[in-house]
Amino acid sequence: MALFSFSGITSLISKLRREPEANANVDWNEIEQQLINSDLGPKLSVELVELLKKNSNASLEESLLELLGKDRDRDLVKNQNPNPNVILIVGVNGVGKTTTVGKLAHYLVAAGNKVVIGAADTFRAAATGQVSTWAINAGATLVSGKDGADPAAIAFDAVAKGFEIGADFVLIDTAGRLHTKAGLMDELSKIRRVIEKRTSVGEVLLVIDGTTGQNGLAQAQIFAQTVGVTGVVVTKLDGSAKGGIAFAIERDFGAPIKFVGTGEAISDLAPFEAAAFVAALISS
Amino acid sequence: MFDSLSSRLTKTFTGLRSRGRINPVDIEETCEEIRIALLEADVADSVVTLLVEKVRTRSLEQISLDKKGINPGQQIISIVHEELVAILGGSARRLRFAKTAPTVIMLAGLQGSGKTTLAGKLAAYLKSEGNTPLLVACDLQRPNAVDQLQVVGSSVGVPIFAPEPGNGVGDPVKVAKAGIEFAKQKVHNFVIVDTAGRLGVDKELMEQAKNIRDAISPNEVLFVVDAMIGQDAVNTAQAFLDGVGFDGIVLTKMDGDARGGAALSIASVTNRPVMFLSTGEKSNEFEPFHPDRMANRILGMGDVATLAEQAKKALDGDSAQKLEEKFISGEKFTFDDFLEQLQAMKKMGSMSKILGMLPGAQSAAMKKQIAAIDENELIRAEAIIHSMTPNERQEPKIINGSRRARIARGSGTEVFHVNNVLDRFSAAQKAMKQMRNQPGLGGAANLPGMPPVSGISGMPAAKVAPPPKRSKSGNPAKRALEGR
Ligand SMILES: Nc1nc2c(ncn2[C@@H]2O[C@H](COP(=O)(O)OP(=O)(O)OP(=O)(O)O)[C@@H](O)[C@H]2O)c(=O)[nH]1
Ligand SMILES: [Mg+2]
Repeated sequence: MALFSFSGITSLISKLRREPEANANVDWNEIEQQLINSDLGPKLSVELVELLKKNSNASLEESLLELLGKDRDRDLVKNQNPNPNVILIVGVNGVGKTTTVGKLAHYLVAAGNKVVIGAADTFRAAATGQVSTWAINAGATLVSGKDGADPAAIAFDAVAKGFEIGADFVLIDTAGRLHTKAGLMDELSKIRRVIEKRTSVGEVLLVIDGTTGQNGLAQAQIFAQTVGVTGVVVTKLDGSAKGGIAFAIERDFGAPIKFVGTGEAISDLAPFEAAAFVAALISS
Repeated sequence: MFDSLSSRLTKTFTGLRSRGRINPVDIEETCEEIRIALLEADVADSVVTLLVEKVRTRSLEQISLDKKGINPGQQIISIVHEELVAILGGSARRLRFAKTAPTVIMLAGLQGSGKTTLAGKLAAYLKSEGNTPLLVACDLQRPNAVDQLQVVGSSVGVPIFAPEPGNGVGDPVKVAKAGIEFAKQKVHNFVIVDTAGRLGVDKELMEQAKNIRDAISPNEVLFVVDAMIGQDAVNTAQAFLDGVGFDGIVLTKMDGDARGGAALSIASVTNRPVMFLSTGEKSNEFEPFHPDRMANRILGMGDVATLAEQAKKALDGDSAQKLEEKFISGEKFTFDDFLEQLQAMKKMGSMSKILGMLPGAQSAAMKKQIAAIDENELIRAEAIIHSMTPNERQEPKIINGSRRARIARGSGTEVFHVNNVLDRFSAAQKAMKQMRNQPGLGGAANLPGMPPVSGISGMPAAKVAPPPKRSKSGNPAKRALEGR
């Protein structure tokens, strides 16, 4: 049974510091369990515990932070030239892409940027209406087409609009698609190619639902392969899930977590903070 | 991405066979492998612990090294499989109907879990059974959720009751109540209530869901959950069980490649049956739940039975029979038959989805092959066959160079595309001949002429498929309700 309650691993670590001999009595299994419970995955969790065992001077928190690269650059990629920065938002169905587009637009507008949103989900019922509501609330310019229209064409038009009005950012909302559907993944790379006829795509943000389990790794792998992923947004962290899979994704694929979504309101988006994320990850 | 349990255990047991005996240490090692495999499949940690304990006890009691031909690894896998089925198979049942109409079904779940899409699927199914369902729009929260349900409803031809615009305006409890009244007045015999997504930890919204439930006393509350969910599945399911209560589980996005261990976690923790699977974005993509198949999927053992059933479903009544007769009589297989099959395959859904269900589909090599499949190929092949004359379809031999060029022009393709289709056709013809000489292997599972299959290296033949059980109903959704 547990030697200590899991009010926080930090307390354990300070205990270890005070009494190094306690190391022998630490219930490593419980730490491992805690990590697994936050969706870090069994492999990474075991690896971390081994690391800790070897180096009991480092706290779990510090080790996790080390692994995440606490000083990594997590800012949005910005052009040197005056062209609009194009951000493609991608992910599987229902993870929070459209909501993220709305919140991100709000975030950018609040920082004084001019933002265009391209409604390139022409597939799901009422998707255009949904994103247009967000565009209005965020004070962004919307470029949309008819249901069933070619999403690449809409993305291209949105970028063109961005040039026309001198926008700082063009956010492209795309339809949710499972990474296992080759045809739909092709469509996504086509969207990217078509935009690139006009300008470069600086940022491809993969949206990961914070409740996602180990399948998140497969999602990241295939999305990275087909469109390239430059950053991750973890959503729904206002729930009971910890979003550990995003950690595993950053670790395995290198794409840094850039933002977290913490609710359904327009202001519920924040730049990722490694320390806060890690603290939440290991709190029970 | 992850090794399947069988490949893990094969590794563990290669050393064992040479030693010839099994001891508790081996079992311990195996149990660790099982634990990791289940965790990688997203089964909740607490559930894994219980399961592994059972497997350990049973293995020590039951594993025999004397059974000729069955290695201990296989014996342990079948013990694990049995334990999974025992949890998943609990008490699957049909939808409960109200004694006096309308029967009320309420959907509840996290944000983005697939409730609205499922509402459309349920409505379409009930309508196809001769019912008069009504959809009630109680997601007044998410931007344009009401519009989405409107579109979904009209696409399946089911009316929707949506007195409030949503986007934060309107009281879902009132709408739900009024919806039931409306249904009674207009004699709808089913009411499907779509609700807003909410978090388990959101006390206020859970309270609201409970109030909706109390206002309409649903015959079924279905908990809708994304198959990709991880360890949090247990907390969330428990929160919904305590907060609103639910009677059955629907797992969505099962057309992806998530192992779906959450099914096991939730069924185990809440003791509620998984009733349906949602398997795509189209309104007919929903299926009955089969515990044995789910167990296979969680263990990464593929799902040949579903594949066979889908193939059969797609080759609907007439054409399947015609093909079977042709097949038995040894009649010539023509391009018209080929075309029919292509169309059936399009109906079956994407090629990658079908292939993803085969054993071994989780391996990296196989995944790469699957990802490489060009879904447009089917569409192109269809166009090419449409550009052939009736004569050419019956006698493909006459298609010479100039005819190929004409067909390519007519179908907007290139000559090499036409050649490709002709090659595949003759491969299919050959396969038909071969199969005819192998009695007992007929049936839709073999799908003669299924073009891309022959092009994939290392693809296991679909021979392992047990003949799909005959369902009482030809309607897939009805079969869903027939349970197992
Ligand atoms: N609690 C919470 N809910 C969120 C968050 N982000 C999105 N949601 C909700 O999740 C649901 C799905 O969000 P969408 O933005 O429509 O997701 P999507 O990825 O665009 O969905 P598709 O386009 O249908 O694939 C909605 O109900 C959102 O309100 C978040 O950070 N926290
Ligand atoms: Mg969307």
